[in-house]
Amino acid sequence: MNMALNALRRLGNATLKTLVHLGFICRFFFAVLRHSPAAFFRFPLTMREIYFAGVLSLVIILVSGLFIGMVLALQGYDILSTYGASESLGVLVALAMLRELGPVVAALLFAGRAGSAITAEIGLMKTTEQLLAMEMMAVDPLARVAAPRFWGGVISMPLLAALFSTAAIFGAYLIAVQLIGMDNGAFWGNMQAAVDVRTDVMNSMVKSLVFGVIVTLTAVFEGFDTKPTAEGVSSATTRTVVHASLAILAADFIMTIFMFRGV
Amino acid sequence: MSATVTSSQDLVASLTNVRFGYTPEQSVLDNITMRFPRGKVVAIMGGSGCGKTTILRLLGGEVHPNTGQVTVNDQSVPDLNKRALYAMRRKLGYLSQFGALFTDMSVYENVAFPLCEHTDLSESMIRDLVLMKLNAVGLRGAASLRTNELSGGMARRVALARAVALDPLLMLYDEPFTGLDPIALGVVGQLIRRLNDALRISSVLVTHDIYQSLKIVDYVYFVGQGRIIAEGTPDEIRNTSDPFVRQFINGEEDGPVPLHMKAPSLTQDFLARSAS
Amino acid sequence: MKRATIDLWVGIFVAIGLVSLVFLALKVGNLMTWSRAPGYHIEAYFDNIGGLKVRAPVKAAGVVVGRVEQISLDPTLYEAVATLNIQQQYRFSRDTIASVLTSGLLGEVYIGLDVGGDEEMLGEGDRVGKTQSAIVLEKLVGQFMLNQASSSATKDH
Repeated sequence: MNMALNALRRLGNATLKTLVHLGFICRFFFAVLRHSPAAFFRFPLTMREIYFAGVLSLVIILVSGLFIGMVLALQGYDILSTYGASESLGVLVALAMLRELGPVVAALLFAGRAGSAITAEIGLMKTTEQLLAMEMMAVDPLARVAAPRFWGGVISMPLLAALFSTAAIFGAYLIAVQLIGMDNGAFWGNMQAAVDVRTDVMNSMVKSLVFGVIVTLTAVFEGFDTKPTAEGVSSATTRTVVHASLAILAADFIMTIFMFRGV
Repeated sequence: MSATVTSSQDLVASLTNVRFGYTPEQSVLDNITMRFPRGKVVAIMGGSGCGKTTILRLLGGEVHPNTGQVTVNDQSVPDLNKRALYAMRRKLGYLSQFGALFTDMSVYENVAFPLCEHTDLSESMIRDLVLMKLNAVGLRGAASLRTNELSGGMARRVALARAVALDPLLMLYDEPFTGLDPIALGVVGQLIRRLNDALRISSVLVTHDIYQSLKIVDYVYFVGQGRIIAEGTPDEIRNTSDPFVRQFINGEEDGPVPLHMKAPSLTQDFLARSAS
Repeated sequence: MKRATIDLWVGIFVAIGLVSLVFLALKVGNLMTWSRAPGYHIEAYFDNIGGLKVRAPVKAAGVVVGRVEQISLDPTLYEAVATLNIQQQYRFSRDTIASVLTSGLLGEVYIGLDVGGDEEMLGEGDRVGKTQSAIVLEKLVGQFMLNQASSSATKDH
């Protein structure tokens, strides 16, 4: 009886803590939005963050995309050819990438590559009192540090997801057409007939935009929420990757229900 | 006391009957009253964790007192809204314990930062100002270095140049002497005094380095257990008979500040346990 | 990192990002067929549409000429009504036959248009004269079994 009560109490406590945390993130989100004009009036600041979040993630995004496309093509070809439907290989890869894998895997990689870097950087700035110093110089860290990083990430993410999908489709093309010897026309033709720009390509971009918001918001928030110790920075960085990844998967599930049911 | 603190017009900042605690139960500062006159260097001294840094945070508006008044430049700091608070902070220079240079910028960019953020000066004007400030701390030659290429003392001086970049009214120093070798210590100490007099600013110095600070300051407050324990000019402090100040100056391990934390008596703690 | 270098890299990044978006839209997704260019609507009534879905292609001689825009059930006739959006530049005669077809055994379901010889053309809101319903595999198999059973039954007699 007592144990059951304790368990319930713990559950209640955890729920309340989570809700409070989410509330903080929401307030933080609106605070960042309120300070966003600064990120656009002084675009070089955001430019720099696009460089760190986007350009520096390019290599891992392109390489991962290429390889995911190639293995999808290899596996897909084996399975599809047992049903005599190997012509649909291009369709399989393109739809899988555009609808799900492209935005999701690119966002997961982005969380690991750029999200953790953002958290670590801001966390370190907090630990070494750079944020405090900034505030004492009457410069709002939300406008100077948070907003440019947030928008840099949000702008980079859809581009990275598009590049990821493109690299994967190119990888599939290399395997299917160049290696296996599928007909070039059938590969692209079937793909074009099946992929719809509105439901597939545009929804893919919408998804990645939402993921961009999720990852960078989590990263910037955790950075500002860091406990100012070395251990605090490392645990905040871990939290960014874990929380952002879980949030991406959950958001993807919800968006898939709304976007692709009945298509 | 009356020698340094005269009428209220001469005060650049003051704390009156300030009580403050980060949690309601535990108060860090208890009924503190301090006066910071214009043009003077005032030191706040005390052991670690006695709430010295909190006083700077109160002056900067980072935290608000539970009761009592904090005024800077005749404005009540807790009553300022964000815009007014930021306007007030532009008149403050703040040197953090770690220097807190921005690690993603060069020395030049660090010093230029407040100028770029708060003024519309042309690039060449900013360049001149930055080099002037760097020259004042003797580091004009380091302008193009990265912050991680600086020694601790140099970093502190660059941070000092950055803090005075906007010619503040009041400089707040948080432990400016920590972790410096004796030479750098002397350099930073003299710089604080020279900048204070040359730029006609006022300074508040939070430190526990008693030798260095007694050399350069005009007035000293001793803080312990959240209260002002002693105050006076450096000469008064040197000649005081106050046991706390004496312990602090001479670095005695036991005295009014006890070596041992409050605990049950030895017999109780050891014998009682072995008996049971 | 110099400002100019950052600008250059970000420029390259955004440029190839946009190129890949265009690639996805044109080469992978074929934006052309998606064009919302004003088309005209015709209706086709089927006994059974099988697995036909909204936005399935409408093909004439294998060329995509439009999309299925809406599928509903006529409440009086109990027939499926498929509203087809046909691109403006294609015109079909009144006696065109619309049939629900499947590309390959397992491929996508689409509507095929077989053009007749009528002089008059279909216009906005018109109804296709003749239709051919989807071939439902189960029914076909069922029929085949029935035939087999009955023929063997007659043999036995």
